[in-house]
Amino acid sequence: MFSTVLAGVWGDALTQAFGPLAVYYAIAAIGLNIHFGYTGLLNFGQVGFMLVGAYGLGFGITTWDLPWFMAIGLGLLLAAVLGVILGLPTLRLRADYLAIVTIASSEIVRLLGRSNVFKDYTGGAEGLSGWSGWFQDHTPWQNTFYSFGPITYTKMQVFVVVFGWLTVALLVLMVHLLMRSPWGRVLKAIREDEDAARALGKNAYSYKMQALLLGGVIGGIAGMFAAVSNGTVQPDFYVPNVTFFTWTILILGGAARVFSPVVGAILFWFMLTIAEGLLRIVEESDALPKSLLSPTDIGDFRYMLMGASLMLLLIFRPQGIFGDRAEMALDDH
Amino acid sequence: MVKGKPVPDVAFSVELDGVPIGEGVTDADGIFFLPVDDFGDYTITISPDTLPENITLKDPTRTQGTATVEENRTTGRAIFAVESRSGLAAADSSKGFPIIQRIFDGAKFGIFLAMGAIGLSIIFGTTGLTNFAHAEIIVFGMMSAYAFNVGLFVIFPFMSTWGTPFGSGVTLVLAALLAIVMGGLLGLVLDKFLFAPMRRLGIGLISQMIVTIGLSIAMRYLIKFAIGDSPYVYRQYVGQKNIDLWLVSVPMKDLVSIVICVAVLAAVGLMIQRTRMGKAMRAVADNRDLAESSGIDVERVIRLVWISGAALAALGGVMLGLSDQVYWLAGFRYLLPIFAGVTLGGLGTAYGALVGCLIVGIGIQVSTLVIAPELKNGAALLVMIVVLMVRPQGILGKAQRIG
Repeated sequence: MFSTVLAGVWGDALTQAFGPLAVYYAIAAIGLNIHFGYTGLLNFGQVGFMLVGAYGLGFGITTWDLPWFMAIGLGLLLAAVLGVILGLPTLRLRADYLAIVTIASSEIVRLLGRSNVFKDYTGGAEGLSGWSGWFQDHTPWQNTFYSFGPITYTKMQVFVVVFGWLTVALLVLMVHLLMRSPWGRVLKAIREDEDAARALGKNAYSYKMQALLLGGVIGGIAGMFAAVSNGTVQPDFYVPNVTFFTWTILILGGAARVFSPVVGAILFWFMLTIAEGLLRIVEESDALPKSLLSPTDIGDFRYMLMGASLMLLLIFRPQGIFGDRAEMALDDH
Repeated sequence: MVKGKPVPDVAFSVELDGVPIGEGVTDADGIFFLPVDDFGDYTITISPDTLPENITLKDPTRTQGTATVEENRTTGRAIFAVESRSGLAAADSSKGFPIIQRIFDGAKFGIFLAMGAIGLSIIFGTTGLTNFAHAEIIVFGMMSAYAFNVGLFVIFPFMSTWGTPFGSGVTLVLAALLAIVMGGLLGLVLDKFLFAPMRRLGIGLISQMIVTIGLSIAMRYLIKFAIGDSPYVYRQYVGQKNIDLWLVSVPMKDLVSIVICVAVLAAVGLMIQRTRMGKAMRAVADNRDLAESSGIDVERVIRLVWISGAALAALGGVMLGLSDQVYWLAGFRYLLPIFAGVTLGGLGTAYGALVGCLIVGIGIQVSTLVIAPELKNGAALLVMIVVLMVRPQGILGKAQRIG
């Protein structure tokens, strides 16, 4: 009896570790890796890029009746525009200003999205729904559920998992090639010593802007996968906590490594689901009083764990699993 | 749906089968919202004496309503109709000068924010650290005052049969003083066991900043775990009627809070300008190495800055909890306006934090005359971004060449 419960937790953990959640966090972390890992930009508003990407997709299909590929293009374009708006005032300033401005801007876009003022375009706090029909009708997997051993996904989850991991593979390859190229080496030079890169005649501002745009557009892709997997674009899904999860995943895997966002995402959601599952077993066994451990507390546990992991990683192992400590020498730029 | 004007600051309490679930006051849209965990018929009771002077319930006998939360209807609601006795639009107490009332309300909000922001700014000034967990210290102060006010059993249920201050609370004034002490202790603990060791290990400022983000999330959910996810109000001074002062109207509690804030800020200013400690603080902020080589114990100065900054933040939290409500997510609401204020005024300067927060507070309130209230915080952040483009060192900051 007890072993079936544990097997359930194991199955849940595998389902999450390879499911849509890990997919879109891996993609968001790949974008953040370009910002922070390779260029040293402190982007604390990755979720803002995800939000505008998702809105571009939903808005393009519902309001403008665009075909799906043009709606995706609209989402990518919006993410790029957000990148320019953020980069222009801040990329010349000290690193922590970008952190403050990006975290603020991700909240501004969320407030705009959920505002009643633009309700006709954005659907207000309820967001945009009813646009994912095209994907549901055209996915090659039309059964309601698919099981692979202990893992079970719904039809849209299978769609996101298959195309999501394909996208992840392509992005990983792209980042790998880019960071070996002269362009990528300039980014790393800027991260290590911006003045030295400028002394060599490189336009650091322009390179930083390009990195911000590229990572932001990848964040937009992550937002679209999140939207397709949710079936809606809801502004309150895109809260700053999403950004902080992405940071934890990136640092866990190890910044400035091509595979680390992928491994980080899989591992983080795997461990988190295991921990939550075990807590739930304790909760259901009534071994602890309800005032100490209620089902709501288990839901909040992931945030405490995320906050604590972020702190402990930065203090004791800033290079994460794969990183190189020398490359994570995050000292005063 | 709602005809006429919504009435803010009306107190409600909610019960389920006779068990109190929570209490709170209506917001600017006249809405009081309480997340609940269980299905059932919730009894919602209005406190009619918290209605503004010339507003009464349409049906004075109906002070209770029922909101049903069930499987297919997870949002129950009860509506209380009110009417204005004088026939005037009474919720708008500003008597034809809405802008003056808004400026006053904004300055009030700004000065409460500044209590928190000064700590953020002087910690940055002396250590170079941008502390994203500072708003959580504000909520910690807010929560401590609430816990002492109601009784510490709200956090530790096993204490419910103990004496004061465990099983029952103390008055808010005493609770506020205890909260300030708790805030100072928190500052001490954070510096002694987290930030000082990190400085000793040579962990860079950027890493420390990411640590503060982790700290803020962990603290926020620990606070939620401690007091629960409903908004609360203090035991005393709830639902005071506004008093009229020339062109503005304000509840007595806020007026007293403002006077206390001004006095505390003046004391802080005097301390920074006149005492040896203040001089040492300014010296460390100006040039750490030079201060150290002239014999100033820099670590001791930083420790004191943490303690006093966190104590000020706790006091700010009490004020905000009194004028608004005690809520675990409040820190997130205040974090960005505080950052906007501090950046606007110039990172690292105590006076800049005050000026910046006043501007942000007033800007947020006045902007609601022009734009939708739900976008007011967005407007403040937008102003901050524009200021960064034009004058990145802030209003009172020193220009520095970076890059």
